[in-house]
Amino acid sequence: MTLLHHLTGASPGMTGRALLLRLSAIGSVLAGTAGTFAYAGGWLSPGLLTPARIIDRFEQVNGPHPGFRRNHAKGMCIAGRFTANGAGVRLSKASVFAAGRVSPVEGRVALAGGQPYAADAAATVRSLALRFRLPGGEEWRTGMNNIPVFPVRTPEAFYAQLLAARLDPATGKPDPERLKAFFADHPESAKAAALIKARTVTAGFADSTYWSLNAFRFVAADGGARPVRWALVPDPAPGADAAPADTNALFDAFAAQLAQGPRHWHLIVTLGRADDPTADATLPWPADRETVDVGTLTLTGATPEAASTCRDINFDPLVLPDGIVPSDDPLLSARSAAYARSFTRRAGETKTPSAVTAATLQGAAP
Amino acid sequence: MTDASRFNRPARLLHWTMAALILAMLLIGVAMVTSLADYHALVALHRPLGILILLLAGLRLVNRWRHAPPPLPADLPGWQKRAAHGSHILLYGLMLAMPLIGWAMLSAARDPVVLAGPVVLPPILPQDAMVYAALRRLHTVLAYGLFAVILAHLAAALLHALIRRDGVFASMAPWRSKQPETTARP
Repeated sequence: MTLLHHLTGASPGMTGRALLLRLSAIGSVLAGTAGTFAYAGGWLSPGLLTPARIIDRFEQVNGPHPGFRRNHAKGMCIAGRFTANGAGVRLSKASVFAAGRVSPVEGRVALAGGQPYAADAAATVRSLALRFRLPGGEEWRTGMNNIPVFPVRTPEAFYAQLLAARLDPATGKPDPERLKAFFADHPESAKAAALIKARTVTAGFADSTYWSLNAFRFVAADGGARPVRWALVPDPAPGADAAPADTNALFDAFAAQLAQGPRHWHLIVTLGRADDPTADATLPWPADRETVDVGTLTLTGATPEAASTCRDINFDPLVLPDGIVPSDDPLLSARSAAYARSFTRRAGETKTPSAVTAATLQGAAP
Repeated sequence: MTDASRFNRPARLLHWTMAALILAMLLIGVAMVTSLADYHALVALHRPLGILILLLAGLRLVNRWRHAPPPLPADLPGWQKRAAHGSHILLYGLMLAMPLIGWAMLSAARDPVVLAGPVVLPPILPQDAMVYAALRRLHTVLAYGLFAVILAHLAAALLHALIRRDGVFASMAPWRSKQPETTARP
């Protein structure tokens, strides 16, 4: 044991057995600490669905498109303002709702899916993502879609649906058998798909209603919290032109409309009751729920995506101001996590210009 | 043990508080990047804890500068003294750098650094996606590095406490040892 004594600096009085015991104790503490770290990092649960696996599946389904968002890949930047009418103050202490407050807004309109160069199609889900700038560095970011409910209830179902709805390169459509199997496993998604299919598809971005999809909670100054969902409902628009069947028809038309004059949406907050489903985005709330118009979103201009514009903003739905908190909807934290992973990957990749360029937008302008 | 052979009370308090905070921080960090369900709650905890660690590390540096730590035992082999010195420079460097890199990378991503309620820290870098991506990678690599240095630090501390019994562990122990351990050595 002399060598071990010498190596460890143990006093010669310590027996070899005591020294070995103490060394094993130290080894156990180190192994325990490293093991806890490995457990927390998910290395001991290889089957776990992680943000990285969700984004991997997007890449698997859509092919590699470096520099682009892994979902809602084709988009255009928009800008404007939100003017609060004060009706939201009793619901939420968020400063964005103070009567008369005008918050600068920037955002992005996009089409769902991970194909940045896909041709615009009326049936493709449209999204409106917004970033409200509030005093003191606070922000409110929200990503909304023109569908009344979300197609899945859980991140796991979302992951399964990505593969089930994958387009067959031969037919350009999802494999009906796989889709059928998915809906059989997820009856809530079958019901949601029917509601989504039954929605009115409007002419374009300008006359679409965009829903928050997930439930949130508004926290008032007195501490009272209530479940809410919200929607941006367009003001009746001057006769929308029928979009020409062009690759960027929807984006071009919207840019041209904004060039003609600002467009307005009302932010309509639906107040849920205690027993309304907040953890299931596939379920609509009863139609008789109280709604409150809390202000007007005015969009004034569109620009193509470029460095340090909406392209480089992560419209994480959980960037929330004081006064808005997440509900128990499991999709919210999962969206936040997956968006962060997509953002981190694309941020470090070489960027190629969007299909929606300044040239196409100018060409479309009146 | 005389007072000169121990770290002063603020140093010990800071050491053990930060030991708990930094270990918690590393576990939160490694858990949040793989978690879907707890991602948001963990990130919301990660940001203010990081800033707290940055503040405490600053205090600790000032305290260490004003109160020299007790000397290492004279009979400690030279390479171990150098390893102790080097690993402490790494520990101090990383506990200051990690929160700053986290803050800087969120700034480059233009994500608000929310501490609590309406309290948001200002950005410390201009918006730049590529800078964000580089800092984000650095944050991960240095976090693993910090964890490795902490494991080495823990191993050395336990070796001093259980095997060398040379007063090095006692100098930072939160309790006062009953008898001076150094006199037990021949």
